[in-house]
Amino acid sequence: MKIAVRNIVKSFPHNGANLRVLDGVTLYAREGEFVTILGPSGCGKSTLFNIIAGLLSPDAGEIWIDGNPVPDGRGHVAYMQQKDLLLPWRTVLENAILGLEVQGIPREEARVRARDLLARVGLQGFERAYPSQLSGGMRQRVALVRTVLTGKEILLLDEPFGALDAMTRMVLQQYILRMWEEFRRTVLFVTHDIEEAVLLSDRIYVLSSRPAHVKEEVAVDLPRPRQVTDPSFVALKGRILALIQDEIKEAFAHAREMV
Amino acid sequence: MLARWFRKVISVVPSMLLLGVLLLAWEGAVRFFQMPSYILPAPSRIAYVLISERALLWRDTLVTLEEVGLGILLALVVGISLAFLIFHSPVLERVLYPLIVASQTIPVFAIAPLLIVWFGYGLLSKVIMATLIVFFPIVVNTVDGLRSVDEDVVNLLRILKASRWQILWKVRIPGALPFIFSGIKIAVAVSAIGAVIGEWVGSQAGLGFLMIHANAQLRVDLIFAAIVYLSAMAIGLFAFASFVEWLALPWRRAAR
Ligand SMILES: Nc1ncnc2c1ncn2[C@@H]1O[C@H](COP(=O)(O)OP(=O)(O)OP(=O)(O)O)[C@@H](O)[C@H]1O
Ligand SMILES: [Mg+2]
Repeated sequence: MKIAVRNIVKSFPHNGANLRVLDGVTLYAREGEFVTILGPSGCGKSTLFNIIAGLLSPDAGEIWIDGNPVPDGRGHVAYMQQKDLLLPWRTVLENAILGLEVQGIPREEARVRARDLLARVGLQGFERAYPSQLSGGMRQRVALVRTVLTGKEILLLDEPFGALDAMTRMVLQQYILRMWEEFRRTVLFVTHDIEEAVLLSDRIYVLSSRPAHVKEEVAVDLPRPRQVTDPSFVALKGRILALIQDEIKEAFAHAREMV
Repeated sequence: MLARWFRKVISVVPSMLLLGVLLLAWEGAVRFFQMPSYILPAPSRIAYVLISERALLWRDTLVTLEEVGLGILLALVVGISLAFLIFHSPVLERVLYPLIVASQTIPVFAIAPLLIVWFGYGLLSKVIMATLIVFFPIVVNTVDGLRSVDEDVVNLLRILKASRWQILWKVRIPGALPFIFSGIKIAVAVSAIGAVIGEWVGSQAGLGFLMIHANAQLRVDLIFAAIVYLSAMAIGLFAFASFVEWLALPWRRAAR
């Protein structure tokens, strides 16, 4: 098992009370596995990633990497957020090598590696452009290359395509699959999009609404490359949709009780 | 590139026209009322003095320029260092920021004589005066710049186990640079005030000294000429700062 989180609990102070966001979340990913976390908005997915990345500390629970308990995933994980977080004063190439630079890899070597990867996501010829000169989809591709180039074994991708239109998304999904198939990193992926989840993942965790726990774990046993129109694909999508609709209904019922 | 340059030139035409009209009105009024030149010289008279006294004016301009230039450099060193201290330590912020703000409420006029007493009639007292005038916008802008950096970007580096120095050099300083340049441009525009006041209070050279001297001799035309040199110097410094900014921030001019 590459990474596991066990019984993660986290509350935030909210209006003088404690708002419990994560209510004992347990999940894992095997080496090289693509695992997606699906859950309603505001249920605590980003909070979970922030804890894994070491930006927040959990109230309770453990994180294990490579079979050892760790305080957090710092140094083991690369984190890509919904915002691309590119540095506006760096060119595409310089942005891509940021992670390597921090690790002390010589710039020339870093540049060679970055050029290669940038070309593979269709950004050849844009190495010297600044982020302000790129489209949203191109910026996310640079951020993706930067994340992969860090060389970390575990990638946390928090709705990396959330802000993009459907067509650009489809292109980026193909790029991410290609990168994953080539480098076989362990991926934890957050999305709202059920189809995206089924298309990309080996396994899917469906989270409950806040306070979040794992409601169901769904293995995606469809051969790759997957076709969204395939009957078994459609069936699985339907099943997950039903799970989420249940969850939304419960959340609404709960909200009514509270009033 | 050329088109943009052309548009810039076009854009200043209206203000140039207005200036021309005002100068013409001035010239006309002086001639019409036969104003003596020791009260109000005509623009043509001032233009004449600009050229006839150019050796004198130029010599004093260089003196003032040296004071102002050194003052700005000193203010940069002091201002940016203070900004880093304030940014890095909440304690120092609480100690330093109020004092820095308070220092700005003291009129330079009031301390100019003291500085002359302490640091003499020469260069040093004027440099310190210029520094006092310009370091404030530099400190404030640098602090704002260091704070402007997106904490998510900083976290991105933290997750990769970047050191504090790496975060400073790769994220904070580049992110603060545009703000620092704004501070420098404000500073440069007001920098001459300090030096000139210092020269008024006590000096042997410089444009401020020249003005006092000309005033004593009722050479109002020479005072105006000195003012023209002074503002030309400030505009030149501002243009120079803008040029350095242009060189240092290539990403800012990358057009979409
Ligand atoms: N630092 C914080 N302080 C206080 N409350 C927080 C903090 N971070 C998150 N929260 C709260 O925790 C809850 C979960 O937030 P989180 O961002 O993890 O949700 P999410 O599942 O990622 O949502 P989305 O899918 O919309 O991105 C929200 O109610 C949010 O207000
Ligand atoms: Mg989120």
